[in-house]
Amino acid sequence: MNGKLRLNPDQIRRARKAAARIAADVDTCIGKRTTVAVERTVLRLMGVDGVNLDGVPLPNVVVDRLLEKEGLSAGAATWVVNASLHYGLSPREVAEQTAAGSLDLVSVPRAGRESLLREGSRLAAGGLDRIAARRREREEKIARLGEGKKPYLYVIVATGDIYEDIVQGKSAARQGADIVAVIRSTGQSLIDYVPYGTTREGFGGTYATQENFRLMRQGLDEAGEEVGRYIRLCNYCSGLCMPEIAAMGAMERLDVMLNDALYGILFRDINMQRTLIDQAFSRMINGYAGIMINTGEDNYLTTADAVEAAHTVLASQFINEQFARMAGLPAEQMGLGHAFEMDPDLEDGFLMELAQAQMSREIFPNAPLKYMPPTKHMTGNIFKGHIQDAMFNLVGILTGQGVQLLGMMTEAMHTPHIHDRKLAIENARYIFHNARRLGEEIRFVPGGRVEKRAREVLDRAVGMLEEVESIGLFAALERGMLADVKRSRTGGKGLSGVLEKGEDYYNPFEIELRKRLGLGGREEGSAHESGLQTN
Amino acid sequence: MKVDFKRIKPYGDTMDDGAVQLSFSLPVPCGEEAREAARQLVAKMGMEEPQVYHMADLGEGYTYFIVYGKCTHTVDFSSIRIPKVETDRMDFYGINRFIRERIGRKVVVLGACTGTDAHTVGIDAIMNMKGYDGEYGLERYPGIEAWNLGSQVPNEELLAQAIERNADSLLVSQVVTQKGVHIANLTQLVELTEAEGLREKLILVCGGPRITHEMALELGFDAGFGPGSLAPDVASFIVRELARRREEKERTGS
Repeated sequence: MNGKLRLNPDQIRRARKAAARIAADVDTCIGKRTTVAVERTVLRLMGVDGVNLDGVPLPNVVVDRLLEKEGLSAGAATWVVNASLHYGLSPREVAEQTAAGSLDLVSVPRAGRESLLREGSRLAAGGLDRIAARRREREEKIARLGEGKKPYLYVIVATGDIYEDIVQGKSAARQGADIVAVIRSTGQSLIDYVPYGTTREGFGGTYATQENFRLMRQGLDEAGEEVGRYIRLCNYCSGLCMPEIAAMGAMERLDVMLNDALYGILFRDINMQRTLIDQAFSRMINGYAGIMINTGEDNYLTTADAVEAAHTVLASQFINEQFARMAGLPAEQMGLGHAFEMDPDLEDGFLMELAQAQMSREIFPNAPLKYMPPTKHMTGNIFKGHIQDAMFNLVGILTGQGVQLLGMMTEAMHTPHIHDRKLAIENARYIFHNARRLGEEIRFVPGGRVEKRAREVLDRAVGMLEEVESIGLFAALERGMLADVKRSRTGGKGLSGVLEKGEDYYNPFEIELRKRLGLGGREEGSAHESGLQTN
Repeated sequence: MKVDFKRIKPYGDTMDDGAVQLSFSLPVPCGEEAREAARQLVAKMGMEEPQVYHMADLGEGYTYFIVYGKCTHTVDFSSIRIPKVETDRMDFYGINRFIRERIGRKVVVLGACTGTDAHTVGIDAIMNMKGYDGEYGLERYPGIEAWNLGSQVPNEELLAQAIERNADSLLVSQVVTQKGVHIANLTQLVELTEAEGLREKLILVCGGPRITHEMALELGFDAGFGPGSLAPDVASFIVRELARRREEKERTGS
């Protein structure tokens, strides 16, 4: 496989090997810890849902109670399954009684380890069977209805009101969208619980709640039946509740989740241990649910210059790929991100964009790459912006991207109006259709500008990855080697929700997921030797 | 061509033709009734001869239109007065020289996207070392100690940092907002600085695509910068205002 750019396969192997070691090192460290979000996720997967009288979600109530009583290091499942066995209650009933104050989890007489594990694995199998059923449902629908051609047309709705979102999402589906993403309310990534029920007010977006997921899913299914095409639903599996959102998305048959290993650390100042632990569990769930993840490399370019920082995007793609592999997520579900963010005034800037997109395509041949539109250089001149988006679409079809996040001419002005989306879809459909096989006809001049540019970016990414590998990811983050942001190991939000696993730690879902995903235990073949390779 | 500045109208290709292009959607199903509704609506906006050139079905009972018309309204351009940031813009070198000569110490500037806003493009363009559109950001200025606190910074946190770092000026960026939340957020910052007794000490500046200088003054800020503003615009204002206040204080104080 030499591809159109004649990239050096040895350089690609070196990059992948370095990234694999970076991820494996982190995995050894995070394997010893859990987080409040992981434990709340275990509860949700066991069927715990709802809120107490003060509106606090029951998974939070139970986990907070266990923290208080210093029981959480054993895992929430240990106590809830035990109480379940003792009283013959469902985990949800146990949580409700805990919230009501009529049950004290840590003083329930302890069942034998063997019956605890038996009941735990029964609950885990039941929980995961429900997710598997949703996955089959998706597969059946796609087989029956069909789906859009790649690149999928991905649009965003962001009204703040889930009912308004449904109207906008269905309208977008009729116009040709393949993926509808509901942007979250901007504050949500930093709140340490998932709001409950339907919501009709948000800031710059709509709260991610399980009920909102369900409503939107229903709306898009209806639209999909009418237009004869499966419409994918996307949300944001990021922030302090990353694995909980993954579980909720898996249960409500979301299809795509924004899910980046490093984004929260770099751009939301979430503690690095917290995010890395949370992303691992969330990716196992996404992997098992058949959900495509979208990583957030485009964010590197919103602050840094897209020409100079191009290699950081590639380096992050390699790292995200390896974290995803460690969590059992197959390449076909890795929507690795990149973006069309170079200054439009740059001479031959289009050639560099083309080089970057083609290079990503060739290095990650099986990943449905997620291509992000221009945002940084959008000006409010909607007419020029529409052309910038057209240039972006041309690169998308020419290089065979998997997911095209459609640019809006009104980017940087307001959340999209209903016709902004229409015009964006029209733009993409025109170009994708009109230039469908252009990529098959194009070769790049050997030693030419495009080829040279791609080589240079790959070489710099290799250098960067090997440097990060030599000191480890945590130290690299502390030194500000990624995105020029320095983050300390014990700084940032959410560290108080990280705890060491006790001797008796138990998470039946992780065990069952590892089994079903064909992943070995964490202890076997740890750091620095298992260079996971994708090809 | 003579322009009557007392009564100006849009211009297409003939003076006072009033040519205007509009695009919008209506919550009605696509069809001839929809076309007529768009036409009537544009007529009510004060357009003569409204022409619907394009109509498209958006689904779910919505229709999109592109309409042209001839505007009948006029405005008196000669009577318009807009408050502007009254500062001579200096360049990178001029600003640093000004700081050396007139202030004699580093100027401490804190920048943040406050409240729920996570969009740092604006504040980054002003603050980041690399800058934007050929102009270095404040971090590159030797005379300025610049701290970019990033996104979603609560006002309380911004103020705490201002006290800790002994800031001279706070730059607040508001990019994506919904339902006027940026107004409430900016107002709250002013109130907090007043409550802490810091309002006089701090030069409060806000910026963003929906910010105008006039609006910033109304909200109690010292200046507001709209789209297209660059680091030297902001820095020139800050250093001159700081020098002005210091000199005024010296005059009245001593």
